[in-house]
Amino acid sequence: MTAATASPVIGPGPMAGRNLGRRRRTDRIMRALLGLAAVLAVVPLLIVLVFVLTQGLAALNLDLLTQLPVPPGQSGGGVAPAVVGTLIMVSLGTLMGTPIAVLAAIYIREYAGGRGASVIRFMIDVLAGVPTIAVGLFAYGLIVVPMSGFSGFAGAIALAIIIVPIVARITDEMLGLVPVSVREAAYALGVPPWKAIVRVVIPASAAGIITGVLLGVARIAGETAPLIFTALGNRTVTTSLDQPMDALPLRIWVYATGPYKSWHDQAWAASLLLVLLVLLFSVLTRFVLARRSRHRR
Amino acid sequence: MTSVTDSDSVSTTAQTRVAESQRPEPASAAPGEVASREVTQGVAIDVDHLSAYYDRHRALREITFSVLPNSITAIIGPSGCGKSTLIRCLNRMHEVTPRARVEGTVRLNGDPIYGPGRDPVHIRQRIGMVFQRPNPFPTMSIYDNAVAGLKLAGIRDRKLLDEVAERSLRRAALWDEVKDKLRTPGGSLSGGQQQRLCIARAIAVEPEVVLMDEPASALDPISTLKIEELMDSLRASYTIVIVTHNMQQASRVSNQTAFLTVGDDGAGFLVEFGDTTDIFTNPREQLTEDYISGRFG
Amino acid sequence: MAVIQVAPGRVRNLLQERRPRRGEPLFRALVLAAAAAVLVVIGGLILVITQQSLSGIVHNGGLAFIGGTTWDPVHEIFGALPFLYGTVVTSFTALVLATLIGVGVALFVVELAPQRIAGPVAFMVELLAAIPSVVYGLWGIYVLAPWLREFVETPLHKAFGWLPIFAGTPIGIGFLSAIVVLTIMILPTVAAVSRDVVAAVPASQREAALALGATRWEMMRMGVLPYARSGILGAAILGLARGVGETMAITMVIGNAPVISASLFAQGYTMASVIANEFTEATTEIYRSSLMEIGLLLLIITLLINAAARLLVWRAAGGSSARSVLA
Repeated sequence: MTAATASPVIGPGPMAGRNLGRRRRTDRIMRALLGLAAVLAVVPLLIVLVFVLTQGLAALNLDLLTQLPVPPGQSGGGVAPAVVGTLIMVSLGTLMGTPIAVLAAIYIREYAGGRGASVIRFMIDVLAGVPTIAVGLFAYGLIVVPMSGFSGFAGAIALAIIIVPIVARITDEMLGLVPVSVREAAYALGVPPWKAIVRVVIPASAAGIITGVLLGVARIAGETAPLIFTALGNRTVTTSLDQPMDALPLRIWVYATGPYKSWHDQAWAASLLLVLLVLLFSVLTRFVLARRSRHRR
Repeated sequence: MTSVTDSDSVSTTAQTRVAESQRPEPASAAPGEVASREVTQGVAIDVDHLSAYYDRHRALREITFSVLPNSITAIIGPSGCGKSTLIRCLNRMHEVTPRARVEGTVRLNGDPIYGPGRDPVHIRQRIGMVFQRPNPFPTMSIYDNAVAGLKLAGIRDRKLLDEVAERSLRRAALWDEVKDKLRTPGGSLSGGQQQRLCIARAIAVEPEVVLMDEPASALDPISTLKIEELMDSLRASYTIVIVTHNMQQASRVSNQTAFLTVGDDGAGFLVEFGDTTDIFTNPREQLTEDYISGRFG
Repeated sequence: MAVIQVAPGRVRNLLQERRPRRGEPLFRALVLAAAAAVLVVIGGLILVITQQSLSGIVHNGGLAFIGGTTWDPVHEIFGALPFLYGTVVTSFTALVLATLIGVGVALFVVELAPQRIAGPVAFMVELLAAIPSVVYGLWGIYVLAPWLREFVETPLHKAFGWLPIFAGTPIGIGFLSAIVVLTIMILPTVAAVSRDVVAAVPASQREAALALGATRWEMMRMGVLPYARSGILGAAILGLARGVGETMAITMVIGNAPVISASLFAQGYTMASVIANEFTEATTEIYRSSLMEIGLLLLIITLLINAAARLLVWRAAGGSSARSVLA
């Protein structure tokens, strides 16, 4: 009988009634603790959201989006430069980073041997793990220094570097969800591999890839650190990429750490904007992603 | 009954066979359906000492036989004997699997399909394949699926595409069922219809050979019957090789039969090849006799 | 009843004509270039930051920089120890807390809760990861820090102020706030990966424990956790990597004082924070280069931690967990 030599953890065996009460109590306590962990995990989210919502709504108005900042201390004004800057740098960063990410994912899935695929996947993981402030330092050394000036372009480059691993990972996964039979059907028709990928496999995984891009956009829209010494920030609206450019997260940081109440209010309002944007994208895309993975044949 | 090794005598028999099959009008599925005469020719396939490997493991050993033009050849044998591997060697799909390779010769109408300078993509245009599980392209409509081989090759002539679509779908006995819903997704059809769509797709590019790997095994009996009728009508224009685990199907449909089984070394080898009637009523080898009468496999 | 005009063989001829295929080698080169670009960026990152740190490395005495306790830009004396200290203390403490809670949530979601509850809980934990760092910082300054100061730090200080860890008048901004915020931020990473790891434990392990008459908790402790141990360790290390690199929220609530102090209520500084805070104000080249040097240090530490974590997680969770990158 194995009970006699069973691990001491469980005690003399299930028939030992005298231990049962204590074990049951331990079980109940532990389960309560696990429930507590779940509560502890969820409560901060709710608190943060509540505060962002209440504080942000109080200060949110159309002026915020459309007006330029006013001299410090005065009330009113807005964060229009930040809104425009975020739109420009996020779009540019996405446009630059997405093709590289998708092509790299295609290399991993469709062309690389086992070793090559593992190496590149690992490298993409490495890139994903680089702190965003270090990416900012890289963009500083690479672009700001030679250009002798801060610029929206440098900021966009930093954002592009950050979005690549996000899109690459998801594209990799989405390409893997396309069944081998689809590729074989194309090959058997005499379609060269590259065309099979571009005209059959990519369209089949297009929705998932777009989802990945949206997720990446949500992520880089909220990034501050890589922009501090690349785009620097600007109090005016500018669309020139060779000039310093403002961004919502930058503006929130400056205003939140500043001394003026009007600044703090605007920081909350801008945070609300940012959180709404980011949450909307994240929620939508994770929802779609989960559905697609479950539909795998 | 022909012997496996004597390819010379087989090809002279082949010539007489061709003459015989060319005389009557090709059987059309419905009267007045096709106004032009279908004279696209099937070609002969000569397999000579073909061995197939997955990495180091030999899956097929020294297979030699010849397929007559405009005939149906069935490949039968127990599970795991390498039937699918063999048929995939005929259109160079075997090498799509990583580290898979082939030794020996396969000749299409006298031209070897393996060799330096031989483009597998081009070969696959000349040899069509229908797979065990129907695999229409998921993002394409019925129409687009039917002409996928042409569209992907860059043919854009709308009128030509329309006509090829209709012709292929008619020949696959699918036209009447789908002519009103050509733009609906290919995946919306039933299994049997999807398989006929795949057949239409394969013949739209006017291959010289059509390979079918257990085309009806995933289908219901009625669809199976339709596909068998289809094979019969396609014989006039194409050389057909089918893999089937259903012996009754092989005896119903084919002109010649190849019987494979697994040898002691784990590789499949050709036990016997000959006219279907001979194989099934008066086989030369004991192994064949045993398999036919259900004593193994 | 259509009359089909296509002459037999026409399609075959058309296809034959389109023979020249130059697309394949071109496309192959393109995807290879993209994959290489990833390598180039990583290499370039290391190279550029190293190159920019060179004058700093020379000025600050090479490896002695790591042990230097003084950060005095005015007199151009730079030492990294206060920041290392701050990074290590905040990250490790947050890691311990986040792992406890994260594994707890993972077990809760996978083993205990019915799908009705488990789904939303898991979803909300993932949402935590979507909120930008700077928003956490804003909330940290004006909501968390004051609350901590009033309801946690001041009572603790009154009761146990003689202990070094609770010494010094609490102002809210300081190590404790930073630790709490960091815990919240790395929790999603640890929880998500732990969840994958726990879910990957085969049912047979659980069933074996249950069949022996184990309670639910005992089943988890005996049947699940031992199996998931290395994966959870990997999850924790991944969380650590996130924590080490976290910048904005920390710099907004930690106080940004380059001192080493034992007290939770003291203000401190981390490697990422000092770069964020001072880089644009750095007037001299040596100052900037020293900050770059800190960046280099940060990069190396993060790369090492990440590599270790990935190896552990890959082995345990049966392949990479895509979610952990998104968190």
